[in-house]
Amino acid sequence: MTATAPATAAAPPETGVRRASRAFDRHPRVGLGMLLGLPVGWLVAVYVVSLGFLLITALWQTDSFTNEVRMDWTLDNVARVVSQELYRAVTFRTLGTAVLVTLIDVAIALPVGYAMAKVFGPRARAALVIAFLMPLWASYLVKAYAWRSIFIEGGLLSSLGITPGFGEIATVVTLSYIWLPYVVMPIYAGFERVPDSLVEASSDLGARNLRTFASVVLPLMYPAIIAGAIFSFSLTLGDYIAVRIVGGSTQFLGTIIYDNVGVAGNVPMAAAVALVPIVIILLFLLAVRRTGALRNL
Amino acid sequence: MRISKPVRATFVAIVALALVFVYVPLLVVLVNAFSTSQSLAWPPRSLTLEWWGRAATNAGAWEAVGTSVLVAACATAIALVLGTLCSIALDRYAFFGKEAVNLLVVLPIALPGIVTGIVLNNLFRTGLGLQLGLGTLIASHATFCIVTVYNNAFARMRRLSPNLVDASTDLGADRFTTFRLVTLPQLRSALFAGALLAFGLSFDEIIVTQFTAGPGVTTLPIWIFQNMFRPGQAPIVNVVAVVLVVISIVPIALAQRLEARAEAR
Repeated sequence: MTATAPATAAAPPETGVRRASRAFDRHPRVGLGMLLGLPVGWLVAVYVVSLGFLLITALWQTDSFTNEVRMDWTLDNVARVVSQELYRAVTFRTLGTAVLVTLIDVAIALPVGYAMAKVFGPRARAALVIAFLMPLWASYLVKAYAWRSIFIEGGLLSSLGITPGFGEIATVVTLSYIWLPYVVMPIYAGFERVPDSLVEASSDLGARNLRTFASVVLPLMYPAIIAGAIFSFSLTLGDYIAVRIVGGSTQFLGTIIYDNVGVAGNVPMAAAVALVPIVIILLFLLAVRRTGALRNL
Repeated sequence: MRISKPVRATFVAIVALALVFVYVPLLVVLVNAFSTSQSLAWPPRSLTLEWWGRAATNAGAWEAVGTSVLVAACATAIALVLGTLCSIALDRYAFFGKEAVNLLVVLPIALPGIVTGIVLNNLFRTGLGLQLGLGTLIASHATFCIVTVYNNAFARMRRLSPNLVDASTDLGADRFTTFRLVTLPQLRSALFAGALLAFGLSFDEIIVTQFTAGPGVTTLPIWIFQNMFRPGQAPIVNVVAVVLVVISIVPIALAQRLEARAEAR
């Protein structure tokens, strides 16, 4: 490197650090590369490569004697996931639960979010935001456990004479509970962004509250609603912990994946099953991309 | 839209019901931690502090706390370095693929935990032939913690005035000196908030942990999950659950506080 002569006598002493610093000034690409190399290298190596690798593993199989993964190409795993009755039934159960949980959460979040943004004053609003955000931070595991102690025989619900026990109902309630704050927050933020002037204009023009809501507010709210729905939908699709805790023997895509990695030791099969939620989520994201919901996350 | 009294009352009722739904389950766990019942029976017959004493002397639980703190601290340290580098790059430079880098950082937390879990499990075991353990666990946690540091640092950089950096350069400081003496002091509270969030996220995580920790490593959430199904362990699990909620809420509440104060300035 040919160092340019210092212009003034008071220039700081030439050190390696200064030379490196100037090299970055002259070659911005080098500076950018040094900054991004480590984090992007890490994320690409650890995450992107492994996502692709999962696809490949789904096309391999395990040795039936040693249980080691053998790199023999086969479509068996994927074919089994697509054609076997068990996988189809579990996929529909998981998908149905994800849709149901999302509908329940949106149904709760719409009036709550609206009330927080437009009905209460600023003081009450700030308190409510904290009240609904707080459980978001409470441990996911503890929240599922809390519902276990409510649904368990002899627990809170049985003391009220309600005994659904562990199963699909408990799973839906628990998952709706766990993901609720994730849905309330974007919907509340969406209502905040709806300008009051539009609402007033609508009512000045003679529209009643419900009409204003349906024709003015709701269309503006679609991106926020879908942003909330993405959370509850995709998080439910991948869940297996809450299902284990309150679902009894209910099988989900997540429980099948987990069992294949752990108990059965069949990673290629687990990889093939994991493709189902990945594909469903990607399709869902593609479908809602045009609404602009992804920018609301 | 003018809101009439009955409509307002309806909204108050709905919000009140939602708050009951949100808080009753957590209160049940809290009350159960003091209940004399060993089987989560409701309502509790009488209250006791016995389980708190037993939990305090439970070696397994304490060991799990130690493991969780170690994993969260290491993951946070890695995430701090990587997240800060990323935020500087995305703030200072305009380059092709900026959006892709942004997506890359968010991806490990945007996809459901089980996808991240099996992807990493498959990489470590099938791809690299590694034994799962503390190292693979820390690497996995660091991967999804980068986003919290990055988000906080990037949001702060956006609000910083470029004049100070220019002034420092004009006065003859090189890039590293400028970063150390000008940028870093202004970023400090944002980085601290991001680190607290990352710590809380890691401390509380169970799904990715189950897939990447291996059988020998027990974090606190794993310990709770294992003991939840054992008869007779319920009271101690309740106590640990209450502690876990408090431990995960405190750093995040603190982080929010810091951010709010920085914004108010």
